[in-house]
Amino acid sequence: MSDSPEHAMRRTPLYAEHIRAGGQMVPFAGFEMPVQYKGAGLEVEHNATRTAAGLFDVSHMGEVVVQGPGATALVDALVTADVRGLDEGAATYALLCHPNGGVVDDLYVYRLGAERYLLVINASNIEKDVAHMRAHCAEPARIENRSDDFAQIALQGPAAAAILDAVAPGEATGLPRNQIRVHDFEGASLLVATTGYTGEAGYEIYTPPAVAEALWRALLRAGEPSGLRPVGLGARDTLRLEMAYALYGHELRDDINPYEARVGWAVKLDGRSFVGSDALARIKAEGAARRLCGLRMIDRGIARAGYPVLHEGVAVGEVTSGTQSPTLGAPIAVALLPRALSKIGTEVAVDVRGRSRRAVVTGLPFLKR
Amino acid sequence: MNVPSDLQYTEEHEWVRKDGDDVVTIGITAFAAEQLGAVVYVELPAEGDTFAKGDSVGQVESTKSVSDIYAPLSGTVVEINAELEDNPELINAGPYEGGWLFKLRAEAAGEFAELMGPDEYADHTADG
Repeated sequence: MSDSPEHAMRRTPLYAEHIRAGGQMVPFAGFEMPVQYKGAGLEVEHNATRTAAGLFDVSHMGEVVVQGPGATALVDALVTADVRGLDEGAATYALLCHPNGGVVDDLYVYRLGAERYLLVINASNIEKDVAHMRAHCAEPARIENRSDDFAQIALQGPAAAAILDAVAPGEATGLPRNQIRVHDFEGASLLVATTGYTGEAGYEIYTPPAVAEALWRALLRAGEPSGLRPVGLGARDTLRLEMAYALYGHELRDDINPYEARVGWAVKLDGRSFVGSDALARIKAEGAARRLCGLRMIDRGIARAGYPVLHEGVAVGEVTSGTQSPTLGAPIAVALLPRALSKIGTEVAVDVRGRSRRAVVTGLPFLKR
Repeated sequence: MNVPSDLQYTEEHEWVRKDGDDVVTIGITAFAAEQLGAVVYVELPAEGDTFAKGDSVGQVESTKSVSDIYAPLSGTVVEINAELEDNPELINAGPYEGGWLFKLRAEAAGEFAELMGPDEYADHTADG
């Protein structure tokens, strides 16, 4: 997590709701965001999302719109996913890459119309991504940073569909993953996507900021009987890490390429030309030198982000994310390791604050869903 | 916030109880336990370890973060709460009782008087 307390913190349209619900506010990517809520806490919020439903304020995320004649070609030249093959109303995970193949950011590309796209990017990377896209775009003015025009609420978990149906029914409810539809809510248009960052079924809802608070309250009220809870950034991180979903700044960085980060599936080369495609074709042919691996601890201790990974006493890599898994009740970690050590079952050690703790390479994700 | 009146406190949200002439029991406060969230792992010093006041002697970990445990006084560790190894949740259940961390034989009697009293600590937590 990056924080910058020296700058004025921004607040999402749901700030007052977080305070009312006992949110412990922390700086995150320039915003004051709830890390957890008093009276519940990370584990309770995590388990509610796995067994009932969780409500997340993700309004800090960035939104970029590219629309009008030629929008498809413009977006297709920027991202690793094949946008031309995307149906209207469909979505895909994708990456923005540097010309050398390093990852600028990961994002979701929603095709809202034949020539209309919504690109959702990480809050901490908004300025960097917009500058990168404009620098590599034939028509830089077509990259519209619309981050202030959207609030975003994620509703995730097995009870999510019934709760959404009670508040803002519409076509998205019954659809498989990676679709997006317009739903009505109190006269406003919501973009409801069947996407998420938890491993559970659910929705990411892009809403005009003016109705975000009313929508948040209506969802909480409708979901309360089934166990819906507001969920902070703490559980958002443990939920995504159990699924081994990448987090920018950890598993994905400017100096890590998609094949190392196990998101090569999001890179569609097939004769396409986009920023980084030449380098990525070469890296794919040669094979990545490093790989992200799952780690489970043999000894006691929790491997956390930044801790060195040792093999035969020598530092060979680094933990990119690590925590105690609330679902598994045991520590889990992801580490970037040399390919030779990336085989499942390989024993390594993690330097946990000066003490060497044994760990074993495991398959990912940690939780099957 | 629960701040027992018979304990002394540190800025790092630890409590210190005088058990005898020179032995003290140390733990983290209810305020610290709530801020941390559910404790999932505790790393304690070993009996016989000697520390100066302010040294990091171990860590308390919740799912989201690691917090250092500091020696509130200079001295030698005479006992640790070994139950915390398998039951770290004792800290959340009773930070002033079953969740105590370790006992120290204090070296310098004067250091105890420098700790915060209950009223001062209550003000300290109110400041954040």
